[in-house]
Amino acid sequence: MGLEISIPPYQATKEEFLATKLNYLVDLLRRKGVNWSRKNSLWPMPFATACCGIELMATGASRYDIARFGAEVMRFSPRQCDLMIVAGRVAIKMMPVLQRIYLQMAEPKWVISMGACASTGGVFDTYAVVQGIDQFMPVDVYVPGCPPRPETLLEGVMAIQRIVEAEGVQGPSRQRGLGLVVEPTVQVHVETESANERE
Amino acid sequence: MSKRSRRTSVNNIAHPAVEALGAQFAGLDFAPAPLNPQTTGQDVQLCVRVPADRLLDVLRFLYEDERCRFEQLCDLTCVDYLNFPKARDRYGVIYSLLSLSKEHRLWVRCFVNDPDPKVPSVVGIWKGAEWLEREVWDMFGVRFDGHPDLRRILTWEGFKAHPLRKDYPLRGRGEREAFERITTESA
Ligand code: SF4
Repeated sequence: MGLEISIPPYQATKEEFLATKLNYLVDLLRRKGVNWSRKNSLWPMPFATACCGIELMATGASRYDIARFGAEVMRFSPRQCDLMIVAGRVAIKMMPVLQRIYLQMAEPKWVISMGACASTGGVFDTYAVVQGIDQFMPVDVYVPGCPPRPETLLEGVMAIQRIVEAEGVQGPSRQRGLGLVVEPTVQVHVETESANERE
Repeated sequence: MSKRSRRTSVNNIAHPAVEALGAQFAGLDFAPAPLNPQTTGQDVQLCVRVPADRLLDVLRFLYEDERCRFEQLCDLTCVDYLNFPKARDRYGVIYSLLSLSKEHRLWVRCFVNDPDPKVPSVVGIWKGAEWLEREVWDMFGVRFDGHPDLRRILTWEGFKAHPLRKDYPLRGRGEREAFERITTESA
């Protein structure tokens, strides 16, 4: 005759069961869902200053259709955007505007530097053109080309999606670009003002 | 064809405004010359030169006189003649005038020099000259005396140089590098 100890299995009440499932769902949502929805509903801020902007428009139009990646809602208010697409050369006079718009965008935010000009200054190696916006603000993805074809820009958007997915939901923002800061290609000779340069 | 004979042929062209100028300002040498030395005959476009101290008188005369009536200032620009062959003066401020009622054009050139290139402002005659003069000031550093609001127009505030001067380096003097930097941490 053995000793039988029987422990009745724990029966969760209905409320407890629901709460557990809910916790699990919320957890799953926080881990996967937030970034999943973020990456599929990027709202770009089109900072189109030059010819690359035309290609950006083509990317938004029906043939290439950036809406397939959920990024068709171009907003002209930085407060409603989370992806800045800098398309075109940026003059020094424009740089404060660009920086202010970037600062006005709500976190989390990402930046695409589209085209040779935005990334490096391109052929406009002159006194008035910024030689790569990444010298003055963070950039996540560089899209090469002059101008990049819409497919290339779409690849850039998909790269942003991969970055969004890889980032944690909370914690410090990881927007610090890919570490590809382009140094000025030429040694700039800083002269002192000559006598006839007067303000 | 020698230069002299071309000059004579130009002088033979009847340009009513130049004739009126010669009659009014007898002491000045306007040296009328075609803008393009290749043109001859009736197509020729004349350019007269005026010293800076008489510029305002001459332009006002060109605007008001019955034979000239240049109601419109098409353009106001400047040329830096640094290292230009045979150039004696450095800056040439150029006024491009058009008379719609008399159907003629005239170019007026005024040479000024360092260290303080300065011409009188013509905003009092043609109001549209305001931004044109600001542009010339911004790009060449030629001052316009009597301009109501002589600020830079193309480059940004705080820019020190005048970039269309021939001795300004194409890549600037470090202006495009000296700029506030925004990082992820500072944002
Ligand atoms: S990269 Fe090419 S297409 Fe794009 S803004 Fe520069 S010059 Fe224009």
